[in-house]
Amino acid sequence: MCSEVLAVAYSPFLSWAMLMKQKTTQKDVCYTMRCHKERWGGRLFFFATVMPVALVLIIFVALLLRTRPILEAKSISELLLGQVWLPFQGEFGFFPFIMGTLWVTAVALILAVPLCLLSAIYLSEYSRPSTVALMKPVLDLLAGIPSVVYGVWGMLAVVPAVQKFIAPLLGKWLGSISLFSSDNPTGFSILSGGIVLAVMVAPVIISVAYEVMRTVPFGMREASLAVGATQWQTIRYVVMPQAMPGIVAAVVLGLSRAMGETMAVLMVVGNVANKLPRSIFDPAYPLPALIANNYGEMMSIPLYDAALMGAALVLMLVVVIFNVISALILRQILRRSGQ
Amino acid sequence: MKKRLNRQTLEEAIFKGLAGGAFLIMAAALFFILVTVLVKGLPALNWQMLTQVPTAGYYVGKEGGILNAILGSLYLAAGGTLLALLLSLPIALYLEVYARGTRWANMVRLSMDVLWGIPSIVYGAFGFTLMLALGMRASLLGGIITLALVELPIMTRAMDEVIRLIPFELKEVSYALGSTRLETAMKVVFRQMLPGIVTAMLLAFGRGIGDAASVLFTAGYTDRVPTSLLRPVASLPLAVFFQLGTPYPEVQQRAYAAALILTLIIMFVSLGSRWIAGRLSQNVIK
Amino acid sequence: MEAHIRVNNLNVNYTSEHQALKGINVTIPKHQITVIIGPSGCGKTTLLKSLDRLLDLTDGVSISGEVLLDGVNIYAPDIDVTAVRKKAGLLPQRPFPLPMSIYDNVAYGMRIHNMRKGKDLDRAVQHYLELAGLWDEVKDRLHGPAVRLSVGQQQRLCLARGLAVEPEIILGDEPTSALDPLSAQHIEKRLLELKQDYTVVLVTHILRQAKRLADYVIFMYLGEVVECGPAHEVFENPRQERTRAYLQGLF
Repeated sequence: MCSEVLAVAYSPFLSWAMLMKQKTTQKDVCYTMRCHKERWGGRLFFFATVMPVALVLIIFVALLLRTRPILEAKSISELLLGQVWLPFQGEFGFFPFIMGTLWVTAVALILAVPLCLLSAIYLSEYSRPSTVALMKPVLDLLAGIPSVVYGVWGMLAVVPAVQKFIAPLLGKWLGSISLFSSDNPTGFSILSGGIVLAVMVAPVIISVAYEVMRTVPFGMREASLAVGATQWQTIRYVVMPQAMPGIVAAVVLGLSRAMGETMAVLMVVGNVANKLPRSIFDPAYPLPALIANNYGEMMSIPLYDAALMGAALVLMLVVVIFNVISALILRQILRRSGQ
Repeated sequence: MKKRLNRQTLEEAIFKGLAGGAFLIMAAALFFILVTVLVKGLPALNWQMLTQVPTAGYYVGKEGGILNAILGSLYLAAGGTLLALLLSLPIALYLEVYARGTRWANMVRLSMDVLWGIPSIVYGAFGFTLMLALGMRASLLGGIITLALVELPIMTRAMDEVIRLIPFELKEVSYALGSTRLETAMKVVFRQMLPGIVTAMLLAFGRGIGDAASVLFTAGYTDRVPTSLLRPVASLPLAVFFQLGTPYPEVQQRAYAAALILTLIIMFVSLGSRWIAGRLSQNVIK
Repeated sequence: MEAHIRVNNLNVNYTSEHQALKGINVTIPKHQITVIIGPSGCGKTTLLKSLDRLLDLTDGVSISGEVLLDGVNIYAPDIDVTAVRKKAGLLPQRPFPLPMSIYDNVAYGMRIHNMRKGKDLDRAVQHYLELAGLWDEVKDRLHGPAVRLSVGQQQRLCLARGLAVEPEIILGDEPTSALDPLSAQHIEKRLLELKQDYTVVLVTHILRQAKRLADYVIFMYLGEVVECGPAHEVFENPRQERTRAYLQGLF
């Protein structure tokens, strides 16, 4: 596993070495046109595959280079843990933005994961085939709907609902707990962002979890039911353990989607800088929103562009780490199930 | 053997109810989105929106439409899809025909997974960096290149999944006739995966046309219909975003209409890809 | 001969146009081996699974008629399906060990039904593994994953798992078809021993296996029961022309 991650980092060298190896192994001479075509076709195709491997590194290096000015001016801990964001005074603390991203993602996952997994269980184990036949295209369609549209829905439906119903009600019942109390009257809040994100990642998580559960062989369910287990017991003790790695991967997939999502969140989350969120009704300012909102003026203030590119770098690193882990887990399952 | 109310049956009922309830909630939320967009967008949608570009006072509620954004989005997504196709097709073919099961193939797939997860705003920032380095301004070309990067992993993965389903025997037959790997790839594998390629393209096109964060930096925005690769270009997602940002209700109405147009395009693409996949797969050996 | 299961006018439809079982009437004797034979696609497996209500799991299936187990109709509306299934152990065509250890596989049913705990459970697991003839091979790796066993061992594990919920009936759906000859022999030997205490119903397409094991034979063709009766009668002196043709290998 580790070697694969390392291999990505050293990919350009490796790919060159592999090309060299290819050359040396093909010692026999080409006489026909077909043979030449075959050889050059292979090389051309191979170079195309170098591209994605190299691209990962190139994006990383390019963003790192653009971030360097600010890394030279300030220490990494100062940037990551600093709480003040005043570009005009040269203060660039990422901490509130990182926390904003984490808060929104956490709320989204807490809402989405149980509902999505139960929905996937329903579709895969309980529902009639006609329900699945109806839902599959709808899920595919919704997975493809642009984030701006989810943002529009969030502004039209979620924000007013949070403002008028959820915030006052929860504030009344659970206001003594700081997690649910807030003086933000607008409805543009972490909860709104979380709800929109939860609904947005739901089609992806449901589809993947459903597919993974379908890969559990029918005979295995039958074996459990044949000794007199109920359907739920079969799901709990047989289907879920067998599908668990894939389900984890589905959730991590949703997680990385949620972390990187820009537009939908940006439109409903409030975007208030310099304030650490304490309650789900507080506004927040996640990293992607920070980048998207300020790109216009970033060239006019010293170090501002470097700071924003740094934000992009942080975002990329976090998401990539989650993604590599989930990809490796998924590959492991596929290998184990013998595909 | 008679039915009794015990822990098991109770547990079964509770969890079945929970699963069904969760499914209903999710299904309702998902249908609610489609309904909201439809209800809000339809009244504001008119012929003028589709056929005109914004006039001078458009953003305070005067005459005009969003033809610039519709065309711009189509150009951007189509360009990005074609560019991504140029790269992803050889990659998918190479992984299956030349490097099947090698470490290199695994590594390419892993980096595809990594690229797949990178948020589009990061691609936007990278595209912007790239353009600064090349001395370019925000333009149609810049947007196309960035979108191609966003679409590349989506398209490659979709193709890879199709290509892996091709039975090995099919290639064996081709080799047995004395074909080279290139000929096998271009004449046999390519034809077999044609429906997959089309679906992958449509999938990537749909993702590209809806992506706002990556074109925000790289394509800019303009009220004119795009005429040159090197000029800025408008796009639908940004049209929605900017119009929603204005304080005028008439303009916000138009944002809803633009969102509806975008959704309709996606719906069209989604249904189209199902239909095409069904039609084209007639010649495919199952 | 004491009847254990009685099937009365059983009809099964998978889809509206295709009828899998047509008006089946058979009686299955207690503590004997009943073998269902017939060409493939004739409804053998469907009949077998209908005895355990495992057909309910198939999408779009409709069932009419009754199956009386000790005189109780298991398709009556007030029947607890899990209790029915507990009464019969299933040996599928291919063994399906559950995704857990060997020990947990055998203990699975007993835990589900809260039958035993602690030391008692350990003893029971050992007992049923011995009964299935697997104990000596796995006693040192009880907590290793069940998927590591060979296919033949897995099938005996499935047998132990089925026996552990104290059923009265063992249903075998071509249980030796995925096994090597030696493992198959192993299973056959077990089944012959087990018929002292259990009613065994077996689907097979191997005539010689049927002749080796059967006390009672049901011959099916195109979803109908053509002939049924004690094994020696059906094999040596078939009443029906179609049975004779099948036994001579004309299908």
